[in-house]
Amino acid sequence: MAVRQINWFKFSSPATFYPLAGKLIPYFAVLAVVLTVIGLYLGFFVAPTDYKQGEGYRIIFIHVPAAWMSMFIYVVMAAYAGMGLVFNTRLSSLMATALAPTGALFTFLALWTGALWGKPMWGAWWVWDARLTSELILLFLYIGFMSLKAAIDDPRRAARASGLLAIIGVINVPIIYKSVEWWNTLHQGATIKSSGTSMETTMLTAMLMMSLAMWMYTIAVVLARVRCEILEAERDTEWVATELSKSP
Amino acid sequence: MWAALRCVVMRDLTLAMRRRADVLTTLFFFVIVVSLFPLGVGPEMDTLRLMGPGVVWVAALLASMLSLGRLFSGDYIDGTLEHLVLAPQPLTVLVLGKIVTHWLVSGLPLVLIAPLLGIQYGLSADALWVLVLSLILGTPVLSLIGAVGAALTLGLRGGGVLVSLLVLPLYIPVLIFGAGAVDAQVTGLGPQAHLSLLGAFLVPALVFAPWAAGWALRISLE
Repeated sequence: MAVRQINWFKFSSPATFYPLAGKLIPYFAVLAVVLTVIGLYLGFFVAPTDYKQGEGYRIIFIHVPAAWMSMFIYVVMAAYAGMGLVFNTRLSSLMATALAPTGALFTFLALWTGALWGKPMWGAWWVWDARLTSELILLFLYIGFMSLKAAIDDPRRAARASGLLAIIGVINVPIIYKSVEWWNTLHQGATIKSSGTSMETTMLTAMLMMSLAMWMYTIAVVLARVRCEILEAERDTEWVATELSKSP
Repeated sequence: MWAALRCVVMRDLTLAMRRRADVLTTLFFFVIVVSLFPLGVGPEMDTLRLMGPGVVWVAALLASMLSLGRLFSGDYIDGTLEHLVLAPQPLTVLVLGKIVTHWLVSGLPLVLIAPLLGIQYGLSADALWVLVLSLILGTPVLSLIGAVGAALTLGLRGGGVLVSLLVLPLYIPVLIFGAGAVDAQVTGLGPQAHLSLLGAFLVPALVFAPWAAGWALRISLE
C-alpha cells in the first residue's frame, strides 16, 4: 500500500489559506454565538449567588475568560511572530498582525470589567496592584506592537521589527500570571488550580463555556482579519486578482 | 573582541566630548523635570519626601529615553552603522560598546547629580545612598532596554514618539523597584530585596539586550 504523503505546509501559503479561512469562519462564528448564549445563561441565571459578594460576582464570567485570552493571545501572537522571524513565512507575520487588535481588546475588556467589579467589592475603580499594573503593561505592549507595525512602510521590515518586539514582550506574561503569588496584594489568587477548584460546579461550567466562546470568537475574528491582511499583502499577485474577480 | 569593544567606547566617548552640549542637555532636562514637581504640587516637605524617589526615578527614565535618539541615528545617517554591521567582530559586542557609552554619557551624570536633587526633596543621608545605589543598578538597564527600542525605530518618521511607546512599558519594572528601594529604606523595611531585584534585571538585560538590539539593527538596515 502506498504511503500517502501529507503536505504539512499546504496551508502555510496565503493562497491556499485564504479560501480555507473563508470556509472556517462561519463555523467558528456560530459556535461563538451558541457558546456565549449558553455561558451567559448559566452564569447569569443558573449559577448560585455568591455568599460573600452577592450578585456582583457574576462579572467574573466575562472578566476571567477575557483576562485568560489577553495573555494567551499574546503568547500565540509572539509564537507566530517568532515563526515569521525564524522561518521567514509570510503567513505567520500576518497572523501575528491579525491577533494583536483582538488581544488588545480582551486586555481592555479585562481591565474594564475588573474596574466595574472593583468599585463595589474593593471600593475603588483602580488600585495599583501588581496584577492590574502588569495587565496594563500588556495593553501598552499590544499598542506598541501595533504602532510599530503601522509606522514602518516596508512590510517586510515592519513584520520583522514588530515580531522582535512581540518576542521581547513575552517576558511580561509569566509576570502577570504569577503576580498574585509573588506580590501579596489586593487581587485575589487563582481559584482554578491543577489540584482542583474551590468553585461551585455550575459556576465553573459557565466560566469554561465563556472561555470557549471567547476562543471561538477570537478564531473567527482573527481569520476574518487575516483574510484582509492577506489580500492587502498579496495584492499584486495573480491569485488575488482571480479571487476578487470571482466574488460578486 | 575586547579591543573592538574598547575601540567603540573610546570613539563614541570622543564624539560625545566633542559635542558636550548634547550631554549637558540631558542632564539639565533631568534637573529641570525634578525641580518642576515641588512647584506643581506645593513645597510641603512631608509630601515631597514621600514623592522624592519616584519623581527622581521618573525623571531619570524620561531623560534616558530622550537621549536614545542619538544612540544610533548619527551613525545611521553617515553610514558608519552599516560598516559596524559588516565588521568581522560580533555585532553584539559593538552594540554593547555603544550602550556602555550611552550609559556613561547620559546615565552616569544622572546618578552623580541625583543626591543633590534628593536633598531638595528632604531625603535623609541613608535614603540618598540607596537612591544612588538604585540608580547605579537601574540606569544601565534603561540604556540596555532603550537600545533595542532605538534600534527598532531607527530612521522612522516620528521615531522619537514611537520609541517612548515601545520602551516606557518595559521600563516600568525598573521604575517600580528603583523607587521602591528608596521607599523601603525610608519606611524602615530595608532596600535589600529591591536592590537585589534590580541587579537581577541588570544581568539578563546585559546578556540579551545587546544581542536583541543587534538583531533589530540588522532588521532596520536590511
